[in-house]
Amino acid sequence: MLAKVLDRFRALVLSLLLTVALASPALAGPFEDAVGKFANDEFSDTDEAIGAVATSGNPLAFAIISALQDGRLMADPDSKKVYVTQPDGKIIDAATGAAVDKAPDGAAAVRLNNRLRRAVEAALGGLTLLSPDPARRIQAAQSVFKTHDEAMLPLVDEALKKETVKEARLAFTEARAAILLFKPDATDVEKLEAIATIKARGDQEAMALLTGLTGDQPAAIASAAANAKAAIQRSLSLWSMVQNAWYGLSLGSVLLLAAIGLAITFGVMGVINMAHGEMVMIGAYVTFVVQETIRTSYPHLFDYSLLMAVPLAFIVAGAIGILIERGIIRFLYGRPLETLLATWGLSLVLQQAVRTLFGPTNREVGNPSWMSGAFELGQVTITYNRLWILCFTLAVFVILLAMLRYTALGLEMRAVTQNRRMAASMGIATSRVDALTFGLGSGIAGIAGVALSQIDNVSPNLGQSYIIDSFMVVVFGGVGNLWGTLVGAFTLGIANKFLEPVAGAVLGKIAILVLIILFIQKRPRGLFALKGRAVEA
Amino acid sequence: MLTQLNHDIAKPFSRRRWLAATAGLVLGLAGFNSAQAQETIKVGVLHSLSGTMAISETTLKDTVLFLIDEQNKKGGVLGKKLEAVVVDPASNWPLFAEKARELITKDKVSVVFGCWTSVSRKSVLPVFKELNSILFYPVQYEGEESERNVFYTGAAPNQQAIPAVDYLMKDEKVKRWVLAGTDYVYPRTTNKILEAYLKSKGVKQEDIMINYTPFGHSDWQTIVADIKKFGSAGKKTAVVSTINGDANVPFYKELGNQGIKATDIPVVAFSVGEEELAGIDTKPLLGHLAAWNYFQSIKDPANEKFIKAWQAYTKNPKRVTNDPMEAHVIGFEMWVKAVEKVKSVDADKVIDALPGIEAKNLTGGTSKMLPNHHITKPVFIGEIKANGQFDVVWKTPGLVAGDAWSKELDGSKDLIGDWVGKKCGNYNTKTNKCGGQGS
Repeated sequence: MLAKVLDRFRALVLSLLLTVALASPALAGPFEDAVGKFANDEFSDTDEAIGAVATSGNPLAFAIISALQDGRLMADPDSKKVYVTQPDGKIIDAATGAAVDKAPDGAAAVRLNNRLRRAVEAALGGLTLLSPDPARRIQAAQSVFKTHDEAMLPLVDEALKKETVKEARLAFTEARAAILLFKPDATDVEKLEAIATIKARGDQEAMALLTGLTGDQPAAIASAAANAKAAIQRSLSLWSMVQNAWYGLSLGSVLLLAAIGLAITFGVMGVINMAHGEMVMIGAYVTFVVQETIRTSYPHLFDYSLLMAVPLAFIVAGAIGILIERGIIRFLYGRPLETLLATWGLSLVLQQAVRTLFGPTNREVGNPSWMSGAFELGQVTITYNRLWILCFTLAVFVILLAMLRYTALGLEMRAVTQNRRMAASMGIATSRVDALTFGLGSGIAGIAGVALSQIDNVSPNLGQSYIIDSFMVVVFGGVGNLWGTLVGAFTLGIANKFLEPVAGAVLGKIAILVLIILFIQKRPRGLFALKGRAVEA
Repeated sequence: MLTQLNHDIAKPFSRRRWLAATAGLVLGLAGFNSAQAQETIKVGVLHSLSGTMAISETTLKDTVLFLIDEQNKKGGVLGKKLEAVVVDPASNWPLFAEKARELITKDKVSVVFGCWTSVSRKSVLPVFKELNSILFYPVQYEGEESERNVFYTGAAPNQQAIPAVDYLMKDEKVKRWVLAGTDYVYPRTTNKILEAYLKSKGVKQEDIMINYTPFGHSDWQTIVADIKKFGSAGKKTAVVSTINGDANVPFYKELGNQGIKATDIPVVAFSVGEEELAGIDTKPLLGHLAAWNYFQSIKDPANEKFIKAWQAYTKNPKRVTNDPMEAHVIGFEMWVKAVEKVKSVDADKVIDALPGIEAKNLTGGTSKMLPNHHITKPVFIGEIKANGQFDVVWKTPGLVAGDAWSKELDGSKDLIGDWVGKKCGNYNTKTNKCGGQGS
C-alpha cells in the first residue's frame, strides 16, 4: 500500500519537473474524481484518493490531506461532494477550492484507520518537504527518514540544496542517508557515509534503521553497520541509566507529594491517619469541579484551571481535615489503635460519599496544554507533566519547610509536638494548634491531589493507591522529620525505577518492600531519627 | 429483620398496643409476602456497588434493573412480574460467595446475573453448584471452564483475543508483540494462550515481550519506554493489552505523552470500552484499538433503539453503553425465552432448555446458546475516535462460537464442554472420558 503511494511520488517528482518545465499547472478531471472517492466511505477508496490527490500537484492537495489528518475533511454521501473545514473555520469545496457557507447536514468527517493514517503521514511528508515553515520541513524529513523510499531522493536532494536552517539541514542529510542505505544501486562509499551519518544520530530510530538493514551487503558495509549498531547500543545503554534516574526522580516526586501531608499528620502529630489518601482524592475532585466549571462557563481559562484548583483544594481538604480533627481525632489522642480504626472507617465513608456524589466511574481531568507532551534531552524523553510535578513538589516542600521554620504557627506546631505540656504552660492553645496542624497536613494532601489528577485516575479509589506508599515513605525517612521524607521519597523512587527494568514491576515492588522491612529492623526510627527528648513525647 | 423492625416500632407503644401492632404487622407482612411470592419471579443481581470494581459493575446492575423494567412493561414472564433483588458484594471476593448464598437460599431467586472478575466467579461457583441455581456471567474471560450452572455470555479467548491478533497480523503486518497485562488470572491465561498461538504462527520467542504490572499501577514511564525500545527493532510492533480497567488511564496518558502514536505502535486492548474511555481525554489515543463483540457506535436499528431506551431510563443523554451490557441483554433474553419454553423457573428445567435458545444481539445478528454454555458472537475491532467512541475497522464475517477450552494450550486442546449430549463440562475427546484437566 505504502509502496503504491510512494510509487505515485515518482509520478509527483516527474509532474513537478514537468510543471517547472511547462510552467502550467496540471488541473483536470482526474483530481475531482479522486476527491470524490473520499465520499464513498470505503477504506480502499480513501486509500486511492490519498495517493491520487497527493500526486496530483494540485495546490489544494496539502489543504485536503492535512484536513484529512485532523478530521476536518467532510464528505457528503448523498451528493458525493467533499468539503474542507479550514483551520480558521471557513469551509471550501475540496474539488474546486470555492468557498462554501456551510457543509450539508449529512456530511461527516472522512474515516481513517491506522493504515490510512500512515499513508496520510507519508503523503504529507512528500508535500511538506519544501514547505516555508522549517519545523514542518524537519517533520517531513523525519517521516522520510522512517520510510526511506528512494523515490523521495530527488526531492530530498533538491530540498537539501536550498536548505539554510541548520537543524533542517541535518534532518535532510539524515533522511538522505537513510534512503541511500537502502538504495540497491548506491555505491559502497555512499553507503558507508550513510552509516556514519546514521551512527552520529545515535537514537532508537537510527538503531531501528540499522537493524532493518538485512540481505546480502558487502562485508565492509555489514561490519560498518554492526560497529555503528554496537556504538549506538553503548550510548543508548548509558542514556538509559540517565533515563532511569529521571524516572526515579519523577516517581520520587509523586511519592513525596503524596507523603508530605502525612509527614505532618503522622510524622509531626503522631496520628495514624488512614484517611490521608482520601484527602488526596478530594483534592483531585476539587480539580475536576474547577475544570467542569471552567469548561462550561469560561473555556478560554482552561490552561489556568490547575492554578485555580490549588488554593481551592487546599482550603476544601484543609477544612475537612479540621472538621475531622475536631469531630473525631481529638477524642482519640494517645490511642493509636482506635485512631487507626476510626480513620480507616472514615476513609471508607469518604470514598462512598464521593462515589454517591460523583458516581463510581472515572472523571475526566484534562491536561492543560503546558502539561502535555514531551521534549528530548539527549536521548531521554522528558514529559512535561512529570517535570512540572517535580518542580511543584519541590516548591510545596520549600514553602512548608519555611512555614514551619519562620512563622508563628510553625513555631507553635514544633513547640506542641516537642513538648505538649511545656507548650501549654507557655500559653499556647494546644488544641487549636492541633486542629490547624491537622488541617495543614490535610490541605497539603489536597494540593497533592491536584497534581496527581494529572497522571492518575480521578476515581473514588484514587487515595487508596497512595496510602501504603505514603506510610512507607514517612516511616522509611524517619518519623517527625520533613527532610527524612524528602530523602526517603527520592531514594524509594530511584531504587524502584532501577529495580523495575531488571525485576519487573511486580517483583520490583516486592523487593522494595522487603528492603524497607530489613532496613527498619536495623534502624527502627528510619533514615533520619529524631534524637533526644522529643522522641519520647 | 422482622424482630428488628418490631424493636424499632416497639418503643413508643404501650404493651397492649405493641402486641396488637405486632400481630397486625406480622399478618400484614405474611399476607404481603405470600401475595408477592405468587405474583413475582425474583431475579438476583450480584454486582459490586462499592469498592474497586464498582466503577465497572454498577452499570451492569443498572442494566439488569433496566431489562427487568422493560420486561415487566411487556407483562413480565409466565404472567408474573419480575422482581430484582440487588445485593452489594463490595468488590470482596469471599463476600461474593456469601451474597450468592443469601440470594439463593434466603431470597429464593430463580436466576442470578452477576460477577465481573474471574476471581469473583470462581468464588461463587461452589455455591451455585451446591444449591443448584443459575448464574449468567457477562464479561469476557480467560476460558478454560464450563460449568453446568453457569452461562457465559461474554467472550471466550477465541471470540476476542485470537481474532484481534489475527487482524494485527494480517492488516497491520505486525511482527513483534508486546503482551502487557495486569498480574492476575485473566491476563496470565490469555497471554499463555496468545503466546502459544503466536508461536504456532511462526513468531519467534525474541519477538514476544511479556510484561505484568500490579493492579492499579500508575507509574508507566519505564514500561512505556521499554515498549518504545522493543518497538524500534526494525519490525512492526503492536501491544496486546490485558491491562485491567483503572490502570489503563495512566497507561494511555503516558503513551500519549511519550509520543507513541497508533500509527507507530498500535495498542489493542481487551478491557477498554466506552465506559473506561469516558474518563480520559481521547485525542492522543486516536487509532489505538479495542476488540469487543459490541460497540456503541455500531449502526443497527436494534442498537439504536436500545441506546435510546437506556439513556431515557438512566435520564442521562450522554450515558454510554458497552460490551458486557450487551452480554446481559442477550443473556436476559435467553433466560426469558427458556423459562417461557419450559413454563417454569425450576433451575434443572431451565438449564436443560437453555442450550439451543437463540436471542437477537444488538449488532444485527442472532446469538445462540451452545451446549458448552457459551454463546455465538460476532467479533469487532474498533479504533478509538476523538469523541471516546469506537470506529469499527474490521469484523468477522459471521458469528464465532465460543470455545470453553482453548485449542492452543496443550492441557485443554482435547477438552470440550457439552451439557447436552455428554452432560460433562470437561469431556476429553481423546480418551472419551468425562473429567480431564480443569474443574
